[in-house]
Amino acid sequence: MARSISFSEAINEALTIAMAADENVILMGEDVVGGAQVDHLQDDEAWGGVLGVTKGLVQQFGRDRVLDTPISEAGYIGAAVGAAATGLRPVAELMFNDFIGSCLDQLMNQAAKLRYMFGGKAEVPLTIRTMHGAGFRAAAQHSQSLYALFTHIPGLKVVVPSTPADAKGLLLTSIADNDPVVFFEDKTLYNVKGEVPEGDYRIPLGKADIKRAGRDLTIVAIGKQVHTALAAADTLATQGIDVEVVDPRSLSPLDEDTILASVAKTNRLIVIDEATARCGVAADIAALVADKGFDSLDAPIKRITGPHTPVPFSPVLEDLYLPTPTKVIQTVAELLGDSSIAAAVS
Amino acid sequence: MGMVQTAQPVLTHEKALWMYRKMVEIRRFEDAVHDLFAKGKLPGFVHLYAGEEAVAVGVCAHLSEADSITSTHRGHGHCIAKGCDLDGMMAEIYGKATGLCKGKGGSMHIADLTKGMLGANGIVGGGFPLACGAALTAKRKGTNQVAVCFFGDGANNQGTFHEGLNLAAIWKLPVIFVAENNGYAEATPFTYASSCRRIADRAAAYDIPGVVVDGKDVVAVYQAAEEAVRRARSGEGPTLIECITYRNYGHFEGDAQTYKAKEERKRHLEELDAIVRFRSYLLDGGLASGEDLSRLEEEARAAVEQAIQFAEESPFPSPTDLFDDVYVSY
Ligand SMILES: Cc1ncc(C[n+]2csc(CCOP(=O)(O)OP(=O)(O)O)c2C)c(N)n1
Ligand SMILES: [Mg+2]
Repeated sequence: MARSISFSEAINEALTIAMAADENVILMGEDVVGGAQVDHLQDDEAWGGVLGVTKGLVQQFGRDRVLDTPISEAGYIGAAVGAAATGLRPVAELMFNDFIGSCLDQLMNQAAKLRYMFGGKAEVPLTIRTMHGAGFRAAAQHSQSLYALFTHIPGLKVVVPSTPADAKGLLLTSIADNDPVVFFEDKTLYNVKGEVPEGDYRIPLGKADIKRAGRDLTIVAIGKQVHTALAAADTLATQGIDVEVVDPRSLSPLDEDTILASVAKTNRLIVIDEATARCGVAADIAALVADKGFDSLDAPIKRITGPHTPVPFSPVLEDLYLPTPTKVIQTVAELLGDSSIAAAVS
Repeated sequence: MGMVQTAQPVLTHEKALWMYRKMVEIRRFEDAVHDLFAKGKLPGFVHLYAGEEAVAVGVCAHLSEADSITSTHRGHGHCIAKGCDLDGMMAEIYGKATGLCKGKGGSMHIADLTKGMLGANGIVGGGFPLACGAALTAKRKGTNQVAVCFFGDGANNQGTFHEGLNLAAIWKLPVIFVAENNGYAEATPFTYASSCRRIADRAAAYDIPGVVVDGKDVVAVYQAAEEAVRRARSGEGPTLIECITYRNYGHFEGDAQTYKAKEERKRHLEELDAIVRFRSYLLDGGLASGEDLSRLEEEARAAVEQAIQFAEESPFPSPTDLFDDVYVSY
């Protein structure tokens, strides 16, 4: 039975299921409970994460399994790597992905490399949950989308869900996976609701989802930008343009087949990624199609990304920073060589 | 907790009035930001310094514009104490083009390098190495300047704290590390997160002086900072000062503060208020008259009001500002 719950509730549900099923699953992070050792605090008064995503877990699993950490990212993220290599299955929260600078070594040189460096003899069943995304007025150090950085590192899996149902199924798979997974949660999606099945279900990593089928043009979009693509596609449909929207869901592994098959059908590709363009995921997907799908293409591949700047604070600038349905429609008009489209919908 | 009373007045009349004015200015500014946020006028999130005024003011009272400070996510008080323009600060918090950072930084990144304010910081622990760097510049150039790193009790568990203290100690850098121990890092008590009785105890590990002061007693902070700044300027190296303080508001606006005990909050807000205590100290010691202080309070109120008006009337950045100030655009 599916019911409508929020992205944040879907994640909470996945964590609950995973912790109930396997006592080796532990949760750690800054204020994932909150109020450690405060006597007067009732458990339901505790924060449960800075935006409340892990609320209620401590009542079910106790503070021995839901661990508040000091502000020591290198320390506890690294401890999660070591624990994962020795028998636990930790889910560690890096509150904002922007804080990765404080602990990157533990993921890049430790977690990512153990299995390979040790000749396949080590496993690191670790999940890092982390918030990303602009649009929250959170400024330059709390708004980035840094999944490209992790996708670049062999040994790490990278997941970026766009809907509550995907978030739950992908998180359950990530926790069960025996390799380190970095799981990105767009903070501006937490309150978005969607139909989510009850109980345990798994969505495989490396399996893209066609969020909207179409004939005329493929848009591959990452995370929240799937919704930008869908909004643009709805508008374009009124102009008789039939857009296919592909959500890769995981960037590593990447479902190359689904992307290539879609472009083989539509012959046109736009990639939307709110992160900056240089060495980014949009460039990577464009290169994939240029390399393996060149013969399918009737037009140049277009990328719609954030500009090559940090995320600005001022709302007027931040709104310009992000991709929008209007930008997508303009790009489609350009690709199809039909300026009447953009004019008709503007 | 009484105020430090010594035979010789610690403060000159002029210094005392400057300190009182700055403390009140910070309080008025933060109370105003609190109200504006509640009214939905400010984007993003803000971390308020109200309650901790004595720390920033007691330390910055020894600094000139040439000296540097690094700040935290809770940076408004440091900015004001270091002489940043209130209009530019408020406009920055509103995201306006006239802000100190043209609206690009916001509350968590206010900076004014012309005043030696190297920036509020969104990364907990980001300031330790930066302050060491500023101190290295001063030492290398022989300018006699110092650098101050303000940081929270949560930040003292970051690796950068330990690396920064060690670096400053081995190079005898003119830097002062000022811990603002307000008891909590977000909702996590200091006593849970730190395996030390006092942050100042950690100074011993790096063979530098570590002192603890009542951070809500501005005169005590002033005196501790005086010695630390003297040491730094005379080439004797870094000092760690731990100021015991309290934040009057939540971690950020919207925090219900359930982790704070009711009596604790009440005691801090009603009995231990740093401004009330400094006011009595000044009046009792004859360092200022009631009229002096009322005038300063009125000046601070007007300055904050003016800043709000300035911010509200200022324009937003223009679209092309998005691409400026990056070393290269594509
Ligand atoms: C590297 C990093 N980790 C975590 C955070 C999230 N965060 C912001 S403020 C804060 C608490 C800081 O506590 P403290 O240092 O005591 O300063 P206070 O807020 O009490 O002034 C945390 C965990 C951050 N901004 N940067
Ligand atoms: Mg604190």
